[in-house]
Amino acid sequence: MFHIYCPHCAEYREEEEFHASGQAHIARPLDPEACSDKEWGEYLYFRKNPRGIHHELWVHAAGCRKFFNITRDTQTYEIKEVYKIGEQPSVVAQSGNSK
Amino acid sequence: MQHYSGFGLFKHSLSHHENWQRAWRNPTPKKKYDVIIVGGGGHGLATAYYLAKQFGVTNVAVIEKGYLGGGNTARNTTIVRSNYLWDEAAHLYEHAMKLWEGLSQDLNYNVMFSQRGVLNLGHTLQDMRDIERRVNANRLNGVDGEVLDPQQIKEIVPHMDCSENTRYPIMGASWQPRGGVARHDAVAWGFARGADSHGVDLIQQTEVTDLIIEDGTVVGVKTNRYGDIKADRVGCVVAGNSSVLAKKAGFELPLESHPLQALVSEPIKPVLDTVVMSNHVHGYVSQSDKGDLVIGAGIDGYNGYGQRGSFPTIEHTVQAIVELFPMFSRVRMNRQWGGIVDTCPDACPIISDTPVKNLFFNCGWGTGGFKATPGSGNVFAASLAKGEMHELAKPFSMFRFHDGALIDEHGAAGVAH
Repeated sequence: MFHIYCPHCAEYREEEEFHASGQAHIARPLDPEACSDKEWGEYLYFRKNPRGIHHELWVHAAGCRKFFNITRDTQTYEIKEVYKIGEQPSVVAQSGNSK
Repeated sequence: MQHYSGFGLFKHSLSHHENWQRAWRNPTPKKKYDVIIVGGGGHGLATAYYLAKQFGVTNVAVIEKGYLGGGNTARNTTIVRSNYLWDEAAHLYEHAMKLWEGLSQDLNYNVMFSQRGVLNLGHTLQDMRDIERRVNANRLNGVDGEVLDPQQIKEIVPHMDCSENTRYPIMGASWQPRGGVARHDAVAWGFARGADSHGVDLIQQTEVTDLIIEDGTVVGVKTNRYGDIKADRVGCVVAGNSSVLAKKAGFELPLESHPLQALVSEPIKPVLDTVVMSNHVHGYVSQSDKGDLVIGAGIDGYNGYGQRGSFPTIEHTVQAIVELFPMFSRVRMNRQWGGIVDTCPDACPIISDTPVKNLFFNCGWGTGGFKATPGSGNVFAASLAKGEMHELAKPFSMFRFHDGALIDEHGAAGVAH
């Protein structure tokens, strides 16, 4: 069971209060009309799936209901850091061990 | 290959069963093969078997980093059914179902395929509308199915709580009598033995560390134990590790790897002679021939490669089962395990050629690959043998995520597999 620090509540809570919402930092294309089918498909469906460091969007669903980001190792499940939306991660994968 | 039979069993009993032939060889790989299959799970072994038996391509190697059938093939809840909504999926899974029906005879190996029927329960009006629609679609596609009311369900599963006093009363179900379960280890072993007897080399404990690609064409694989092995065509059937291998080949797949858990109870007296699945309370259960309840539910919501899951998921799973079967509330769970499933955005597999010539991928089966093992292997073998995709596999191309022709089975077949 994860013990997750919510940066908005400034408290550790148990995993069941949270919901994983997939990969973080997905930017919507600025000009969707100008996207090719390939670009649009990649925006909609293609996600990073690394064995190792991964940046994820989580929501404190049964708490403050706000979104935030987690950097987590998908192999050891260790949570490396928690940061708010709009911030950049300080822990990033070394080239080669991430997808 | 030694033929298995009742007479053989008797003959070997005279020598105290000490002279059984090994089920497959443990060969040293050759320098070059016509086809290399990466991944020795059920789908990979089935591919090798049909390549050699049906399509006459016998110069084939299966390279497995662990041992045969040691991954998700032996980590699932063994449910077999083909009642999918969309034509493309129904055709593929029904192709598998027809192969299942003759598989033990074909392999001369008892895969213990038991067509005990599969119930998919409905607990809301919307569930029932979806079930009606799916059963009608199934029948148009030649897949058997019926819509049952609670009274008929009660006759099939007398121990289930079909009353109106539950939190989510059962309003009806779809019933596929031809569905059932099979012994998952036996499926892997049967295909392995069959492939080996047709000359396929099964290379275990050998990891494929990279793909050798020259001018956009795959020409072989790099391994950790035997160096480079050349091949005309390479088929990757590596489930949860597909993204990692695709990355090495220089392209991406729309997959996310999640842990999926299952659990098995202590053995109890026969109590459940069919398979019960519910998407709404979200759990599924059957009873193995040994007597243990085989229980599963949903994936853990986050990405993960560790072959374990989190406790809240187990709790939700067991809650659902106890909601359906209050009498199971004091049954103790014996074992729990997690496998890594490669989930696709539309809950359908990818059986596809790739941007790299002669490189093929069979992945994205997510939480429901076991039921398709023979069919998946069969169409993938046909594709590898001819170098172009089999008719049934064409709709499952990886390029569907660019042209938008998705086969959305999420709402249709339900989250539970």
